[in-house]
Amino acid sequence: MKVMTLNFLTCAVKNCKSSNDSFPLHPKEAELAKDDIEINPQLLINVLPRIDWAALRTTSTELGFPTLPEQPPSPEDLQSDEALLKELHELLMETQMMEGKLVCGHCGHEYAVKNGVANFLLPSHLV
Amino acid sequence: MLPTPDTSHVPYQRVYEPAEDSFLLLDTLSSPSETAFLSSRFASPSPSSSPSPAPLVLEVGPGSGVVIAFLTAHASTIFGSTHVLTTAIDVSPFACAATNLTVSKAVSENASTSGFWTSATQGDLVSPFRPGSVDVLVFNPPYVPTPDLPAPPPTGLQALKEKTTFEEDSHLLELTYAGGRDGMETTDRLIEALPEVLSERGVAYILLCAQNKPEEVKGRIRAMGGEGKWKAETVGTSGKQAGWEKLQIVRVWR
Repeated sequence: MKVMTLNFLTCAVKNCKSSNDSFPLHPKEAELAKDDIEINPQLLINVLPRIDWAALRTTSTELGFPTLPEQPPSPEDLQSDEALLKELHELLMETQMMEGKLVCGHCGHEYAVKNGVANFLLPSHLV
Repeated sequence: MLPTPDTSHVPYQRVYEPAEDSFLLLDTLSSPSETAFLSSRFASPSPSSSPSPAPLVLEVGPGSGVVIAFLTAHASTIFGSTHVLTTAIDVSPFACAATNLTVSKAVSENASTSGFWTSATQGDLVSPFRPGSVDVLVFNPPYVPTPDLPAPPPTGLQALKEKTTFEEDSHLLELTYAGGRDGMETTDRLIEALPEVLSERGVAYILLCAQNKPEEVKGRIRAMGGEGKWKAETVGTSGKQAGWEKLQIVRVWR
């Protein structure tokens, strides 16, 4: 799963949805892979407005990527800052989590990631 | 006509094979009226205007992945922009793997017209998606009326494996079509989740068959959250058989 997906996903347990601690999910024992994708600045600029920046900063740090600036860059910032553009491209578009777990910070449930697919099916007692 | 994605790698003994319903979705979503609707809703008015947030397109229950691969590979025609993010969720690990491969193949064959494929996730309907995160939702449900709904995949069927038994394959296929009472038990749960998961500009395309009582379904959607909040219109049909529209696609939006 692309790291970008972590910005759209939260704990599947109903009671966790309203808690701030259920997002973002925390990667654990993550094995990463990198797809080679040509950089597309305009796509990144259009993707950024829909990214939860605080969550992306957390994910970036937890996966061992460089610390992102506190505030999201503006389209002008991005166009002039090639280093940041590359960093975001690598993190959001190229990096995949292949194996490991995603942990909810609210209920502690661990979702397994296998072959690049995260499994959000819940055991019957949590549905 | 836009080319249909290649699904020759999909194990049809346990993953739904593209059929009339899948093709009706492809035809409807690429029809002039729907591409005009989607483009006006999601594409940037002009390259110089401020960025329009890239929409997230989610297919629920993609099976082979033929529909979401088609939407991804032909994003520039269907959504008026390649700045579109696509994803999918399915209860079957085999469908997730098949979908990832179908979309990757279609994207590599249509690089210049493709949106950005994020990846397939395994789960129940939209359960792990953040509230308000989905802009376009497509659902070809298990719509056949059956006495009961099949159980969700047990733990032993939640990860890929080399060998499955005949019973396991039958269970996975049953999950693709068996819809319980009126064939609507799963679709009703999805409709219930729409107000939370769809963004303000969000739109859903849901396939229904005649036994689902589509006029009643549309009536229920139009009554959600008070009169006039939700719209539901038939935007594609498979043609009449004995006076009935056998299959139809309903567009749902605010």
